[in-house]
Amino acid sequence: MSQTLNASTLLAIPLAPLVGSLLAGIWGTQFGGNWIGRRLSHSFTILGVLVAFILSAMTLSKVIGGDSFNDSIYTWMVVGGLKMEVGFMIDSLTAMMMCVVTFVSLMVHIYTIGYMEEDEGYNRFFAYISLFTFAMLMLVMSNNLLQLFFGWEAVGLVSYLLIGFWYNKPTAIFANMKAFLVNRVGDFGFIIGIGLIAAYTGTLNYTELFAKAGELAKIDFPWYIFGMDAMLITVICICLFIGAMGKSAQFPLHVWLPDSMEGPTPISALIHAATMVTAGIFMVARMSPLFELSDSALNFMMVIGSITALFMGFLGIIQNDIKRVVAYSTLSQLGYMTVALGASAYSVAVFHLMTHAFFKALLFLGAGSVIMGMHHNQDIRYMGGVRKYMPITWITSLLGSLALIGTPLFSGFYSKDSIIEAVHLSTLPAAGFANFAVLAGVFVTAFYSFRMYFLVFHGPERYDQNPDAHHGHDDHHGHDDHGHDKPHESPWVVTVPLVLLAIPSVVIGFMTIQPMLYGEFFKDVIFIDAAKHPAMQQLGQLFHGPVAMAVHGLSTAPFWLALAGVVTAWYMYLVNPKVPAFFARVLRPLIVVLEQKYFMDWINENILAKGARGLGRGLWKVGDGTIIDGFFVNGSWKVVGLVSGVVRWFQSGFLYHYALVMILGVFVLMTYFVWLA
Amino acid sequence: MMTLTLGHFLSLGAMLFALAVIGIFLNRKNLIVLLMAIELMLLAVNMNFVAFSHYLGDMHGQVFVFFILTVAAAESAIGLAILVLLFRNQNNINVDELNSLKG
Repeated sequence: MSQTLNASTLLAIPLAPLVGSLLAGIWGTQFGGNWIGRRLSHSFTILGVLVAFILSAMTLSKVIGGDSFNDSIYTWMVVGGLKMEVGFMIDSLTAMMMCVVTFVSLMVHIYTIGYMEEDEGYNRFFAYISLFTFAMLMLVMSNNLLQLFFGWEAVGLVSYLLIGFWYNKPTAIFANMKAFLVNRVGDFGFIIGIGLIAAYTGTLNYTELFAKAGELAKIDFPWYIFGMDAMLITVICICLFIGAMGKSAQFPLHVWLPDSMEGPTPISALIHAATMVTAGIFMVARMSPLFELSDSALNFMMVIGSITALFMGFLGIIQNDIKRVVAYSTLSQLGYMTVALGASAYSVAVFHLMTHAFFKALLFLGAGSVIMGMHHNQDIRYMGGVRKYMPITWITSLLGSLALIGTPLFSGFYSKDSIIEAVHLSTLPAAGFANFAVLAGVFVTAFYSFRMYFLVFHGPERYDQNPDAHHGHDDHHGHDDHGHDKPHESPWVVTVPLVLLAIPSVVIGFMTIQPMLYGEFFKDVIFIDAAKHPAMQQLGQLFHGPVAMAVHGLSTAPFWLALAGVVTAWYMYLVNPKVPAFFARVLRPLIVVLEQKYFMDWINENILAKGARGLGRGLWKVGDGTIIDGFFVNGSWKVVGLVSGVVRWFQSGFLYHYALVMILGVFVLMTYFVWLA
Repeated sequence: MMTLTLGHFLSLGAMLFALAVIGIFLNRKNLIVLLMAIELMLLAVNMNFVAFSHYLGDMHGQVFVFFILTVAAAESAIGLAILVLLFRNQNNINVDELNSLKG
């Protein structure tokens, strides 16, 4: 195994945030006696993440120079030949993810100093986000499925803790429980997939697993599914993808992500936009040698992804909560990544993952900055004209929105256009629908992004119209000066991360598209069967450098669709604000469907949850109460009682009766032995 | 003169045994009679042992008899002791009224 990187340096990367987290989490809270103050808490955690970031960046530069690492560093246990280990597999994909995670995490840590300033749970919050960074790094650096699963669950746990960070708020507790439960559904599929892999290959290690992928592809699944026989590899891939659907919030397991906005904004940026929700995308890209073997799984992914990309975008249009608009936008973009995975364009998906991490974190942090400026009002109907008061937030949010909708030369353009092209070139049966969905999605994305942008930063100021301004969404936050209702620019700890995130949001696509998509960067890391799925190869032939792509982009459909979306939003929300009201009246049934989120929550609560509860009650009353308790337990004592009730009549208590029975018994036995035997 | 054959001894044993069985079943009055009947039953068995032992020329049977007699003596001692206790408690050794072994 190649070990040109230093194992202890790599070990230090996840452990540095863990140490920071433990310091702040144990001695910075009541648990350890509040030894560490706020200033020391955030210094420790930021230092930990900074160390992790610097080491990750060094690792990335070494990996680009040709170094790699793939070894186990600790054997946890060995069960019947199945090794459970802790190990690192550092290649270009991992190194890039590590940099994205630690960089966004670092920005969020700094931002949090300003955002959570007034909160009582300041130290606890820092402990959680550092713990998250540790878990996410363990997830991406893993060299085996078990450690991946550990990281997977650990980020889920921290997500649960952070969504319910304000644990006095009933909606937050509801949301974190929902996130936890929905993720369990996905994880159930995921662990079945891992179990199947372990059962058939006897290994959890990536390298050993990929070496056996060829044999795995030849095995038929021993059971029928819905009356059809299936290949084992398809079942494994779909099970793994169900895990990704839960974590990456794909339809129909997406319901938890919009509700997760109950948590503080920094974690919405870090966990529910930039890193944790992309773990599913990362996992599929990592498992590309397996997914490449199953066209059915790829088709399935493409369909799920395109449904998510388009229909979640629609929901973004009617949301009034600034964070929920961004949340639905995240869902839609995750759908794009999934579509790219389905089109075998794993590198494009990962590329979009990276650009999206930057601009979506930027948009979330920008939204958080606006929320702070608006005294914790989150309703965009009562904002407007903020650009005068918050110039830095305004410019950075504009850049983020432009990147999101795919303006040529911005990072989002390169990744999103590549996805659209890859889907266009894909030959799988689902590609037709996916192609439509991603193109329509461009218009929708542009429309809701700029609807939010115009409503927040332009137009008349509507701060005084808010009916519940003084007992608003975040009233646990303590009210600062409500004497003047004008927004104010956020402190430097908030604006500096915005600026630092805006830079990669704009330029990273331009700089990295060449090596990441068409160069050697992902060689030997992401495997594509070019004979079966030629889309990426053809895409490479069409690519003539980032500038040419941008120029060409001006004449293609996505650009005009995006422009149309922006213009429509501009007309409807700035020029003629009566239009949305008109549409709301005319298309009332449609709006209701959107407002109810396609009734997904209703279905979950009334059909799935009630059905499950009904099933549980049925099993309890009938299965447990009647059959086990009634029949087996009570039934057996009743039979014994009945039999003994009859038999006791033979026990008269008279000695001569007993003696008679004994004598008769002797005679019977004698008769048997003498004559019959 | 008629010689005594094995059949005679076995018949005697069977008669003694039958007497004992009848003694057990017909006796409804006294527990002591019951004990005596049991003793008689054991004697019937002893008779068979001795007879077989004599006619087969095997001494083992007579050794058994000694053991059985010893056990029977011990058994009677215990039986009588139980009987005395029973009488102390119940003031009665009438077999027909002793049914406290009932389940």
